[in-house]
Amino acid sequence: LKTLAHTKTAFDPGETLTPYDAVTNYNNYYEFGTGKGDPSENAWRLKVAPWSVKVDGMTDKPGDYALEDLIDYSALEERIYRLRCVEAWSMVIPWLGVPLSGVLKKVAPQSGAKYVAFETLADKGQMPGVKSFFNVLDWPYREGLRMDEAMNELTFLAVGLYGKELPNQNGAPIRLVVPWKYGFKSIKSIVRIHFTDKEPKTSWNMSAPSEYGFYSNVNPRVSHPRWSQASERRIGEFGKRKTLMFNGYADQVAHMYDGMDLAKYY
Amino acid sequence: MQIFSVPNLRRFGKPLVFAACLIPFAWLAFNWWQAFAGAPHDLGFNPNETSNRFSGDWALRFLLISLAVTPLSRVLKSPKPILFRRMLGLFAYFYVCTHILSYLWLDLLWDWAGLWADIIKRVYITVGMAAFLMLTPMAITSTKGMIKRLGAKRWQRLHKLVYVIAPLAVIHFFMMRKGFQLEPLIYGAIYLGLMALRWKRRGGKRVKAA
Repeated sequence: LKTLAHTKTAFDPGETLTPYDAVTNYNNYYEFGTGKGDPSENAWRLKVAPWSVKVDGMTDKPGDYALEDLIDYSALEERIYRLRCVEAWSMVIPWLGVPLSGVLKKVAPQSGAKYVAFETLADKGQMPGVKSFFNVLDWPYREGLRMDEAMNELTFLAVGLYGKELPNQNGAPIRLVVPWKYGFKSIKSIVRIHFTDKEPKTSWNMSAPSEYGFYSNVNPRVSHPRWSQASERRIGEFGKRKTLMFNGYADQVAHMYDGMDLAKYY
Repeated sequence: MQIFSVPNLRRFGKPLVFAACLIPFAWLAFNWWQAFAGAPHDLGFNPNETSNRFSGDWALRFLLISLAVTPLSRVLKSPKPILFRRMLGLFAYFYVCTHILSYLWLDLLWDWAGLWADIIKRVYITVGMAAFLMLTPMAITSTKGMIKRLGAKRWQRLHKLVYVIAPLAVIHFFMMRKGFQLEPLIYGAIYLGLMALRWKRRGGKRVKAA
C-alpha cells in the first residue's frame, strides 16, 4: 500500500490509537463474508484501480467520475476519529481523506436535493459474500445522509488510514466516515453518489427496520433490541467504557437534531 | 471386539472421552490466561466476543452430541455408547455454564441488574436462559441416587426436557446472528436429523440400557 502525503489536523481526541493490526483484521464487510476475519482474508480479490464513481440524481454535474477527479490527493488531511460499531465495540482510527462537503460541492447538488445516497460495489466475481445464497443484506449495500449531515464539517471521505492507502477490507479505495453515527453508516468502496429529495433506503434498515434506523446516531440511551448501547468495549481493552452521546461529537452535531425525538428517529 | 469390552470402556474409555471433552475448555482457559498476562493468544481482537461464541458453540455441540448417543447405539446395535451419555450431557451443561460465566463476567462485569434487564428485554437471552434453567434439573438429577429417588419413569420424563432444550439453544443461536445465516441452520438440521432417527426407531426394537 502506497504512503499518502497529508497534513495533520486538530481532529484528534487524544486517545490511544487502535493498533493497525486490529483496524485491518477485525472488520465488518459482509460482501466478503460475515465473520470478522473474512474481509481481511477475502478482500484481496477487490480491484480498486481504476475506480470510478457514478454521480446522479438531483445534480447539475452528473456523470462517471474517476476517483482522482473526485478526490484531490494533494489536499489529504489526517483525522483521528472514534469509531463506534452498533455491535458495542469501538476503535480509534487515524483516517486520511478529505471532507465530504468539498467533494459534494464539486458535483453540484441542486437546491431541491435533501439527501445524498451512497452505494457500495456489488460484484459477484470479486466479492464472495455477494454470491452467497444466505444473504443478510440486499446488494448493493446502501447508505445515506441528510444533506446537512453530509455537509457537516466532521463528515469525511477517507482514502487511507495510518498514513497509507486504505486496505481493501477497510473500504478501499474510497469510503465514508461519519464518526457520530454507528459504523455501518460509514459505507465502504463507494461506486455511486445519488442526490434525492426523499429519504433513501439504507441496507440495514431494509434488513431489520426495528434494529437499525436511518439516522443511527450513536446514542447510549436508545438500546438495540438485542443489547444495550450504554457502554462499549474498546478493542484492545478488557473492561467497558461508557458510550458517549453522538460518540462524543455532540458539540459539532447535536444542533442538527434539535427538536427531534431521537428514540423515534433512531 | 475385546478391546471395546464394557470393563475396558469403563476403565479407559471414560477417562479418555472425559479428557477429550475438556480440550475446548482447556484451550479457552489457556488463552485467557495468556490474554490476561498480556502474552500472545488466539482469542482475536475481541476476546470477549470470541469467548462467548466459542463456549456457546461447544455447549450446543455437546447438547447435540449427547442427543446422538441413542441413535448411535441403535445404528451399532449395541448399548455401549450409552455408557458415555451422562458424561456428554454433563459436559453440555458444563459448557453452558462456561458460556453464561463468559457473558456474565466479561460482557456484564457481574452487573446482575443488567442480567435481569437482558433476560426480560432481549428475547434471544430469554430463550437461552430458559434452556439453561431446564438443563439445570437434568444436571442435578444425573446421579444414580437421584434416579432411584425419582424413580425411573419420572426421571425419564424429566430428562425428555432435552428435546425442548436443544431446539431452544438452536433458536437462541439463530436469533443472536444478524438476519438469516447458514451456521445456526446447520445445527438446526442436525437436531432435526437426530429427532428423525428417533422417530424411525419407534417402529423397530428399542435399545435399552441403564
